[in-house]
Amino acid sequence: MTEDKPGWREMPEGAISYKCTLDYETGDWGVEYPEIDYERCSKCMLCHFYCPEGAVRVRSDGYTEIDRRYCKGCGICVEECPVKCMKMVRKV
Amino acid sequence: MYEDGEKGLIVTDERLMMGLNGDEAVAYAIKQVEPDVVAAYPITPQTIIVERFSEYVANGLVKTDFVSVESEHSALSSCIGAEAAGARAFTATAANGLALMWEMTFIASSLRLPIVMAVANRALSGPINIHNDHSDAMGARDSGWIQIWCENSQEVYDACIEAWRIGEHTNVQLPVMINLDGFTLSHTMENVFTLPDDVVKNFVRDRRFIKVKGHLGESELRLDPGTPITMGPFDLQDFYFEHKLQQVEAMRRALEAIPEVDAEYEALSGRGYRLIHPYMVDDAELVIVGLGSTMGTASYVVEKLREKGVKAGLVKIRVFRPFPKDELVKTLRSIPVVGVLDRAISFGAPNGPLCEEVKTAFYEEKDRPLIANFIHGLGGRDTSPSMIEGMFHRLMKIKSRGRVDQLIEYVGVRE
Repeated sequence: MTEDKPGWREMPEGAISYKCTLDYETGDWGVEYPEIDYERCSKCMLCHFYCPEGAVRVRSDGYTEIDRRYCKGCGICVEECPVKCMKMVRKV
Repeated sequence: MYEDGEKGLIVTDERLMMGLNGDEAVAYAIKQVEPDVVAAYPITPQTIIVERFSEYVANGLVKTDFVSVESEHSALSSCIGAEAAGARAFTATAANGLALMWEMTFIASSLRLPIVMAVANRALSGPINIHNDHSDAMGARDSGWIQIWCENSQEVYDACIEAWRIGEHTNVQLPVMINLDGFTLSHTMENVFTLPDDVVKNFVRDRRFIKVKGHLGESELRLDPGTPITMGPFDLQDFYFEHKLQQVEAMRRALEAIPEVDAEYEALSGRGYRLIHPYMVDDAELVIVGLGSTMGTASYVVEKLREKGVKAGLVKIRVFRPFPKDELVKTLRSIPVVGVLDRAISFGAPNGPLCEEVKTAFYEEKDRPLIANFIHGLGGRDTSPSMIEGMFHRLMKIKSRGRVDQLIEYVGVRE
């Protein structure tokens, strides 16, 4: 968090955000992230719908993928996957 | 028809004079303003405001959406939502109702939503009491709301119109609380000069918004799907402090905006009030400073004492937040003795809330009066002319002794 932050005179009034949530990359929060075994994935997309951060995207081929810029590593997708094709792996 | 040929003023035409108690004056002014949303919960002594206004709604006299809520917390929350969406919103409460709103009062001001709220001042429980003192509004003193205090129903009516222009002023954008003493004003009928509907409408005009730079570029400070902004997000150690400084600055600017709006209102109505109202202070030796309806009684006492040759005077504080420090210092600097009336207690504090501010205002001044503090009228106890005369006699003693012996004197309490 080394960015230069504005002084109070420059900030928008009403305490509104001057940055989009996409600018806040939260991918470095967790110690683990999910990995998908595409051999077993059934493209049900439940991981996409369950992800509280919207960090599981649906690709054009119908499979999902993890956006590691935003994934906080909560593991909900792994818990909910009906075919158990996802697992949490330690970041290295 | 209502024009004064010479000054262009809307003069005190008897056709515009109405018999209104304080609560009715609020309801009638808000009817003329016709805000988009009124969300309120009835509580004594504010009840008449809600009753009258809901009658206006039921009779189709206003287009306002009246939200019948289950609590004051929800009343102010509804107003916050409405104002965030760009609407005008009004609410009214008293005592415990204001206490229940407390959490939301801070949110309204920090989101810079110019809600207008009338407070029919009443003592806080407990023990439970429905009558007037200022403990409710003083409890919300630090919530970031502008506070206007009224002496009579006329001032209540005028404040309920001016408040919109003050709060919505593009240099201000803060909520405004209009204080009227419970029962003493809220339930007492007086002659009130009103303005024609169209004059009120033209004065309050449409709500003005400030421009802010949100995450997708410039937008008005209101929720609009076309130009989305995020209001009220999590605000941590690295930003919260800066946002508070913006509220400090908005209050400072309100000190300039209030007289500006007031002058415009005076040009229209012939009635202006400014930040403070000094009465007979120019050559005064003993001056009483206070808030609200008591100052009407005090002005009667000042006149009586003047007849007896006592150089008495008074200063009514009309705007308590922002505190009009400079005007007060300028007015009272050369007065030998000042007595500050507080109708609220800050338990364990050296003085009442108003007196502490008056003393703070003078701390850095070389020339300053001796300042005494009278706490009076708690729980609706009457403050009679003879009690106020007694206060002036105490000020005389203080003047002859040259010092204040007792930090607080409680007036009208049984020993």
